[in-house]
Amino acid sequence: MSIVTKFAARDPGPAARMAGFVAHLRDNGLRLGVGETGIALDALTHINAADPNDARRALKSIFTGCAEEAAQFDGLFNSFWMNGGRVKTRVTPTVSPSLNKNTHSSRDADTQSAPSSGAGDISAPDGGEGEAESDGEGKLVATDVANLFKKDLRDIVRPEDIAEAEKIALRLGAAMRDRRSRRRKAARKGDQIHFRKVMRQSLGTGGEPFALPKRHRPERTLRITAVCDVSGSMTVYSRIFLAFLAGLMRADARADAYLFHTRLVRITEALRDKDALRALARLSLLADGFAGGSKIGESLDRFASTYGRKFVDNRTVVMILSDGYDTQSPDGISDALARLKKRGCKIIWLNPLKGWDGYEPTARAMAGALPHLDLFRAANTLDDLAALEPELARL
Amino acid sequence: MTWNTLQTAMAEQGYIASGDLAMALHLSLSLGRPLLLEGAAGVGKTEVARVLAAAQDTQLIRLQCYEGLDAAQAIYEWNYQRQLLAIRAASEDGETGKSVETRIFSDEFLLERPLLKAIRQPKAPVLLIDEIDRADEEFEAYLLEILSEFQITIPEMGTITATTRPMVILTANGTRDLSDALRRRCLYAHVPYPDHDTELSILVTRYPDITDLLCAQIVGFVQALRKQDLEKKPGIAEMLDFAAALMGLGVADLTADPVILQATLATLLKTQMDRDAVPTEIAQRLAGKAA
Repeated sequence: MSIVTKFAARDPGPAARMAGFVAHLRDNGLRLGVGETGIALDALTHINAADPNDARRALKSIFTGCAEEAAQFDGLFNSFWMNGGRVKTRVTPTVSPSLNKNTHSSRDADTQSAPSSGAGDISAPDGGEGEAESDGEGKLVATDVANLFKKDLRDIVRPEDIAEAEKIALRLGAAMRDRRSRRRKAARKGDQIHFRKVMRQSLGTGGEPFALPKRHRPERTLRITAVCDVSGSMTVYSRIFLAFLAGLMRADARADAYLFHTRLVRITEALRDKDALRALARLSLLADGFAGGSKIGESLDRFASTYGRKFVDNRTVVMILSDGYDTQSPDGISDALARLKKRGCKIIWLNPLKGWDGYEPTARAMAGALPHLDLFRAANTLDDLAALEPELARL
Repeated sequence: MTWNTLQTAMAEQGYIASGDLAMALHLSLSLGRPLLLEGAAGVGKTEVARVLAAAQDTQLIRLQCYEGLDAAQAIYEWNYQRQLLAIRAASEDGETGKSVETRIFSDEFLLERPLLKAIRQPKAPVLLIDEIDRADEEFEAYLLEILSEFQITIPEMGTITATTRPMVILTANGTRDLSDALRRRCLYAHVPYPDHDTELSILVTRYPDITDLLCAQIVGFVQALRKQDLEKKPGIAEMLDFAAALMGLGVADLTADPVILQATLATLLKTQMDRDAVPTEIAQRLAGKAA
């Protein structure tokens, strides 16, 4: 068995160590607040804290929140408290600035920095962070063309298109309603009697219910989250789709938009700019790598694990605008969509190439995606998008 | 009480809890925090609550969640029929409106649903909120308030605070992701399928008169079956059904009769695709290995 980590003699005590551990967990992707540290310290008073196994189990139940975190936890615990699983190492604390943001004293950072960097290679070699790094650089495999020159989107999209797209987006948004609710709300017309109201009102009439207030299922609007592919193969359709996205952002204050090619960019804020042309200019800056290769599976996976967790719920329609040409293995697409689907959202895939004769190359990618899609349609003009209205209404 | 004593107490009730689970339950009890149990269907999540209630010698209050579950089914509802009758009777007796109103919005006319019931018990019960992921997000929001404050506000009556804090267990099997807010309020334990030894002791605890050979064969077979690529892996309840079926048919050796084995697979495999995935030869091979 490995030896328990020796902390420096000037170490301030268990509370600081626990804070260091929480920071270490946060670095490794667990989402923890300040409250958990307190609960953990409290919990240690209820168990035999000197027994590492007991402490590990106790902290596990407090700090983890889902199966993946639970599976990851033992390794993280060992790397912090059990000397990284190694019997003896010289720990030379190196203060790295990125760690300091989680702690308020440099001393805490000292205690956590060395083991925490150890965790990266022991327990989570390919965890969330590694992925983020490769994403940030937008690296491509050698065969792909990374188009890194800046393309001015103002040349591609005209303001008139945006105005037209805005109207269409407005109609599409209005067509989609969540009618699945089993709750009832008071309403003038409805299919059920609102008994609570009946009682209150019949008090005044001696128990004789004169009026029968009704209640009905409330209809909720759905929020559209559009994820648009702007890789090289999609260039021809970018004009339509970007205009649609811009229109959508203007029409619906709750809508959300993302672009991806080899990486994923959130463009909601940029497109909300009041001046349509300026919005496109801002977008051009964001869409670095526009019309290059595409990593659909990876981008969707990234969406599902980052923005998706925050912005996608059961009243969201995720609209994917892509041709399904992936420069990487298409297997990732299916997994990413399955994860997204678990959030309870609806997924629509609008593919400009659907129905083409030469469409077979991507059949495998799309075949994996199909089981997760609520709607799969061809769309390459604004009129096509407008024609979707009745189908969206049926969702 | 330590987690070991809790583990022993649960074993006495016929539940073999893993160390992780026993520790999570122990902390949940001593810190007074809800516990979220997650795991595949059929690993005994619901059973944990039943056994815990028995071990603590207290009542189990269960709320089964489903899509569209709302406050009227989960927290409280007024008994409208009785209210209506009472108003009629009062108007004939000449009772004034004010006193009728206070009377019909009193405890007498309140229908307690599980959540309200759970916080009004003289002895702290175990509150099981089963399959929380089936309920929708509005309901999660209700729960957040109740789980953190342990009080319920009824507009006509005022706020009802908990007389005792129930021990809350939530279960989920991943139909939908739960909100971070709810996860953060709960302690967490993941309940996996039991390992070989745990499953053996579960089987022996339930059916003490089972022969050692059959017991080892059943557990080995079910464990091997879980490693197959199945749509719905057999849980503990299925394993126990399987054992009961074999014992009922008087089977002493799993490999003895392929026809009976194939017939009893009905207790383990619950979809057509899974049945097709395990034809006689595979079942025989798995049973042979398990022996």
